[in-house]
Amino acid sequence: METYAVDMIDISKAFPGILANDKVRLSVRSGEVHAVLGENGAGKSTLMSVLYGLYEADSGTIRIRGADVTIRNPNDAVAQGIGMVFQHFKLVHDYTVAQNIILGMEPRTRFGHIDLKSAERRVTELSSRYGLIVDPKARIEDLGVGAQQRVEILKTLYREADILILDEPSAVLTPQEVDELMAVIRRLKAEGKTVILITHKLREIKAVADRCTVLRRGKTVATVDVASTGEDELAALMVGRAVNFTVDKKPGTPGKPVLEIRGLTVKGSRGHEAVKDLSLSVCAGEIVGLAGVDGNGQSELVRALAGIDKPSAGSVFLNGSDITRTSVRERTELGLAHVPEDRHKHGLVLGMRLDENLALKTFYKAPLSKKSGALDFKAIAAKAERLIKQFDLRAGKGPASKAEDLSGGNQQKAIIARELDLSPDLLIVSQPTRGLDVGAIEYIHRRIVAERDKGRAVLLVSFELDEVMALCDRIAAISRGAIIGELQGDEADERLVGAMMAGMKGEDYKKAAAAGKEARRG
Amino acid sequence: MAEKGLKDYKAPKKLDAYRLLEVFTASDGRMSILVVLLGFLAGTIIVLAVGRNPGNMFAALMQAMTGWDLTRGVWNIRYVGEWLALSTPLILTGLSMGFAARAGLFNIGAEGQYIVGLTIAQFGALYLPQIPVLHVVLCVLLAAMGAAIWGGIVGWLKARFNASEVVATIMLNYVAFYLSRWVTMAIPGANTYKTPNLPQSAQLDAGFLQLFTNGSNLNYGFFIALLSVLAYWWIMERTRLGFSLRATGLNRDAAQASGINANRSAVVSMAVAGAFAGLAGAVVALGSFNFGRVLSGLDNYGFSGIAVALVGNSTGMGIGLSGLLFGLLASGQPLMQSRGIPKEITLIISGLVVVFVSLRAGVRMFIAWRRRLSVAAAEALDA
Repeated sequence: METYAVDMIDISKAFPGILANDKVRLSVRSGEVHAVLGENGAGKSTLMSVLYGLYEADSGTIRIRGADVTIRNPNDAVAQGIGMVFQHFKLVHDYTVAQNIILGMEPRTRFGHIDLKSAERRVTELSSRYGLIVDPKARIEDLGVGAQQRVEILKTLYREADILILDEPSAVLTPQEVDELMAVIRRLKAEGKTVILITHKLREIKAVADRCTVLRRGKTVATVDVASTGEDELAALMVGRAVNFTVDKKPGTPGKPVLEIRGLTVKGSRGHEAVKDLSLSVCAGEIVGLAGVDGNGQSELVRALAGIDKPSAGSVFLNGSDITRTSVRERTELGLAHVPEDRHKHGLVLGMRLDENLALKTFYKAPLSKKSGALDFKAIAAKAERLIKQFDLRAGKGPASKAEDLSGGNQQKAIIARELDLSPDLLIVSQPTRGLDVGAIEYIHRRIVAERDKGRAVLLVSFELDEVMALCDRIAAISRGAIIGELQGDEADERLVGAMMAGMKGEDYKKAAAAGKEARRG
Repeated sequence: MAEKGLKDYKAPKKLDAYRLLEVFTASDGRMSILVVLLGFLAGTIIVLAVGRNPGNMFAALMQAMTGWDLTRGVWNIRYVGEWLALSTPLILTGLSMGFAARAGLFNIGAEGQYIVGLTIAQFGALYLPQIPVLHVVLCVLLAAMGAAIWGGIVGWLKARFNASEVVATIMLNYVAFYLSRWVTMAIPGANTYKTPNLPQSAQLDAGFLQLFTNGSNLNYGFFIALLSVLAYWWIMERTRLGFSLRATGLNRDAAQASGINANRSAVVSMAVAGAFAGLAGAVVALGSFNFGRVLSGLDNYGFSGIAVALVGNSTGMGIGLSGLLFGLLASGQPLMQSRGIPKEITLIISGLVVVFVSLRAGVRMFIAWRRRLSVAAAEALDA
C-alpha cells in the first residue's frame, strides 16, 4: 500500500443539524500539490480544521507519513509538521515580520533575551530559499495583503512544516498577486513540500495542482489527476451537474444617468479618507461594476451611497436630484435599493421572522401599516408569501421562519427579493454572491441582469473579478478610494482590470504591456 | 448542506445533552417556568437544610396567593388583595426595564424614573386643584410624563453622544433621589421624613376594591398596571413603532441600513420605559401612602423590575406574570415568618431565579457558539 504524506480515512464530523464530513477520504501524496475542491458547505474547511486540530473528528483515522496520529489541537498538528495559512491572517499588526514569525517560539540569547537578530537571519534565509520576498524588519501594518500572506507562509516554514494547508489563498489577492502565489506554490513543491490547496477556483487548480479531491455535501466525490481532467469536468463533479459559467445577457442599452457621484469623500472608521474625491455615474439600463481588492474604500462608498454614513465632501445625485443629505428611508422612497455586503450585519435582523425581514424597509406605510399605527399582519404575511413564491425562497416554516434558520443562499435571496420588490431605479449590490453555492449564484446573476433589462441602473461591487467581468457593461476599478479608470465591458481583460485594481492607470498598463512585447520581440 | 446524510448517520452521544439544552432554551416561556420551578426547588432544599418544614413555606405562599390558611382552615381574601397590590409597582417597573431591553437598551434607571414619578405625583397631590377624579388622573399623567422626560434624556444622550445608558441611568438615579429629598423637604410643613397629608381627591384608593378584599391595600393602581401590560403588548407586538424598536434591539446595524432611525428608537424607548417607571412611582405615592414621603432610602422597585423583566422575557404577558410571582414572594414573607420560615428564603428564591435566568443567557450563548461553529462548517469558505 502506498504511503501518503497525509491520509485521512473515513473522517466524519457532525455539527448540530449538519453532517459536515461524512466518511471523507483524503489521500495526499508526499511532495504533491493536492487541491481540495468543493462548494461552500461541502465540508472542505471542516476537513482541514480536523487535520489542523481545530475540531476533533467524531470518527475516522488520520495517518501522517504512514503512522496513525491523534491531533487534538494545532500544537499537535505543528508537531506533525503541518502548517496552515488561514484565509483571514492571524498577524499582530504592530509587530514586524520577524516578530510575527517567531511569535510563540522565540529564540533566546544566552541571557534570556529574545534573539531577534538570529530570527531575522533565519527569516531572510527562508524567504530567499522559497522566493517569498518580504523584509523581515517591516511592520505588518505597512505591508500589502500579498506580502502578509507570504509572512503567514513563512510562519509555517519557520515552524518546519513540510505539509502546508492553504485555505482559499487567492480570495484576497489581485490577479497579479495570484500569479506570484502560484509561483510560490510551485517553488514549495520543488523544495519537496507537500501542499494542500483549498479552493473553488478551477483555474488555479489547473495551474498548480497535481491531483484534486472533490467534496460535495460532506462526501468525497472523487480524487482525480488534474492534468487529465478538464475544468468543466471538475465543475460538474463539484456541483453534481453540468454548469453554465457564462451569464446570458444581451448588450445593454444605457439611457440617461440615474446615479451621479461627484467628488465624494468619505471618512473611514479610523478617520482616514477611505473614499477620496470619487466621481462615477451609472445610467439606466446598465450594470456598472466596481472592481477592486477588499478594503479599498468600496464598503465606505456603498454605505455613503445608501445613506448610512454621511460623506465629508462631494455630492450624490439620484435621477438628477441631490440626495447627499437625505436619510436612508428618503432614499428608499426616491428609488434606491441596496443589497448590503454583510447580509448578517446589515441585511437581515436574524432574530426576526422572514416576513418581518421582508417588510423591513416598507413596514411603516400602507399597505403594511394601517393609519392607526398598527401593523397589518395579513398584508405582511401576504407579501412574504408572494415573494417566497416569486423568488423561490426555501424556508421551513414559510413566512414565520426565523431569518437565522435560513440557509445562506436563501438569506441572500430574501434580501434581494426585498430590495427588488421596491422596484428601484437604482440598485446597489455589494458582494451579492459571497459564500453562496453555484446554483444560487446563477440565480442571483440572472436576477441582476433582468433588472438591467428592465431599464434599471445597477452598481455592482464585488471582490470577485470573474463576477464583475461576467455581469458588467462597464467596469470601474477602485484602488485606495479612487477610481483608477473605467473600461467598457467588452474591452476589459483580466490582466488589465487586475493591474488597475492594483493601482496602475489603465493607459500606463497598456503602455507597459506594449513595451514588454516590444522587448520580447527584440 | 448535508441534511440527506443525517438520516443514515448516528449522532455521537455527546450531542444528546446539547439537544436537551436546545429544547429547553428554544421556548422562552418554557424556560421561565423551568427556571422558577428550579428556584423553588432550591428554596425547598435550603429550608430543609436549616431544619425547617418546607411544607410551611408552601402553605404560606398558598395563603398569600389564595387567602386560604391551610393550617387553621380559615379564609381571608385580604391576602389576595395585598398580593396584587404588592405586585403592581413590580409589574410597572418590569415593563420599564423590558421596554428598553426590547429596543436593545439596558435601563438600570427605572429606580430614578420611579422616584421622579413618585415625587411629581406627591407634588401634584399637594398643589393641584382638588377636583375629584381629575386631580388624581392629572397627578398620575404628570408623573408618567415627568419620568418619561427623565428617561428620554438618557435616550437622547445615547443617540447624540453615544453615552452609555447604563452609566447615565445609574448616575441619574442618584440625582433623582437627592433631588426628590431636597424639593420634598422644601414643601411647607414637611419634616425630614414626611409632608403634610395628601388630599383624598389625589388618592388611588378604591372603596369597592377595599370592600371586596376585606380592607386590603389594593387600589386603582392595579388597573393601571393591567392597562400598562396591555399597552405594552400592543405597542411592542402590534404597531410599527414596536416593529422599529424590536428591529433596532435585535440588530441596530440592519435596522439603520433599512431606514429605521435608531437614534429615535433610543429616545422613544427610554421615554416610554421612563413613563412605566413613573407610573409605578405614582401608584406607590398615591396608592400606598396618605402623606408625601421624603425618601430616606431607595424603594428598590426599579431594581426589582430588572429581575421581573428578565424572568418575564420582556414580553407584556410574561412581565405581568413574573411581576405577580415576585409580588407573591414579597407578600408571602411575613406569613412565612409567622410559620417559622426565615423570610430571607424568599429573597434567596428570587435571587436564585434570577441566577437561573442568567444561566439561560449563558446556555443561549453556548448554543449560539455551537451554531456559529456549524455555520462556520457550512460557509466559512467562500464558494
